[in-house]
Amino acid sequence: MSFEKALKELEETVKKLESGDTTLEEAITLFEKGVGLTKECRKKLDEAQMKVKMITENGEEKDFISTEA
Amino acid sequence: MEQRRREATVTQVNNFLKVLLERTDALQNLWVKGEISNFKFHSSGHIYLTLKDEGAVLRAVMFKSAAMKLAFRPENGMKVAARGRIAVFERDGQYQLYIEEMEQEGRGDLYRLFEELKKKLGDEGLFDSAKKRPIPPFPTKIGIVTSPTGAAARDIINILKRRYPIAEARLYPALVQGVSASASIVKGIEYFNQAKCADVLIVGRGGGSIEDLWAFNEEATVRAVRSSEIPVISAVGHETDFTLTDFAADLRAPTPSAAAELAVPNSADIRAFVETSEGRMKNLLLTKAENRERQLALLSQRASRASFERKIQTLALLCDRAADNLTKEYEKALTAREKLFSQSASKLDALSPLKVFSRGYSVAEKDGKAIVSVDDVKKGDKISVVVTDGTIEAEVSALERKMGYVI
Repeated sequence: MSFEKALKELEETVKKLESGDTTLEEAITLFEKGVGLTKECRKKLDEAQMKVKMITENGEEKDFISTEA
Repeated sequence: MEQRRREATVTQVNNFLKVLLERTDALQNLWVKGEISNFKFHSSGHIYLTLKDEGAVLRAVMFKSAAMKLAFRPENGMKVAARGRIAVFERDGQYQLYIEEMEQEGRGDLYRLFEELKKKLGDEGLFDSAKKRPIPPFPTKIGIVTSPTGAAARDIINILKRRYPIAEARLYPALVQGVSASASIVKGIEYFNQAKCADVLIVGRGGGSIEDLWAFNEEATVRAVRSSEIPVISAVGHETDFTLTDFAADLRAPTPSAAAELAVPNSADIRAFVETSEGRMKNLLLTKAENRERQLALLSQRASRASFERKIQTLALLCDRAADNLTKEYEKALTAREKLFSQSASKLDALSPLKVFSRGYSVAEKDGKAIVSVDDVKKGDKISVVVTDGTIEAEVSALERKMGYVI
């Protein structure tokens, strides 16, 4: 699942729980889903390391190293 | 033939020129026309600028005392006429115009061109706000079109890395100044659109004069920005610099750093959202469970009370019925007893010895006890005979036993 999708689902899950028109059983299912999503999001945040590439003249990509003049 | 070698120090050369210029009357008080660029208002109050025309540039300085008398605020691109003297600044080996006074001649060519282009492209609808697309809130791939060696590239990448390292960044190394710059920027925008390797584009460069930023005012650049299928954030110059690229872009950032901040969300905020979400969900579930428990308790309480009340009602009904029955039975029994009593009473009345006496019978008693047998008395016993209206005292004179009962 993409990070954005996980975040959106988390947001929706919280909203559904907040709306209050769920049975206790549904709420428990939603809660379990939500906790899974927070774990997933947290993992993605923890592991994220931005890849920065530069496009070369022949259209290939190489790692970008800042060479500020 | 040998000539004597002429030698001089740098200082001597500069000094020689200084004196030479100072003695040239034509350069001591003249009006110079040109366009202002590289305008700099120093904190000391002095103004430094360059006057230029199609073919050449002339450095100029306006000291605070003269600058204070200016009737307008000089800007880059402004056409002016400046009166002053030309002199050598020995330290730098530069000659420059020391401006005494300056008049505004109207706006410079580049500014006129800028306004013309702005009108033309604006009329075509390239700057319509309705055409502006939203920037994706969570981009996964960010395309950057700028010089790889500029501070802009460094600033953008640093901020992207810090704010949202979840995304990838790709830099298209473009020329951002000079005659080939526009074509290079256009190629960069087209590259990302063809390769489809970006959700959002940042197009820009650091600050500079209107000449430096001109590539971002060129028609080809502006059109490429507008026709990009990927939303574009413009990031040209400083906050006060406006280019036509800014007008055509989906979002204008005041600086390259600001563009990076506008391009991605802040993962610190997201982390905070994730953490609070978990807490919120826990609380919500807990509250729900507690509510349910309370509800359940209330319901069961209500249920038991209801059934209890029903039972009481049933019992009360039974009680009432029983009471009714009892009353009826009691009344029946009472009536029966009354009947029996009155019957008995009449029987009793019939059996009353007084009644018997009235018919002529009497009771003989000895010592208060009724005599029923000849064995109860002996000859000579004193006995009482009870009659209706009194007693007769008598003495037994004889005893005779009879077989069978008399009565």
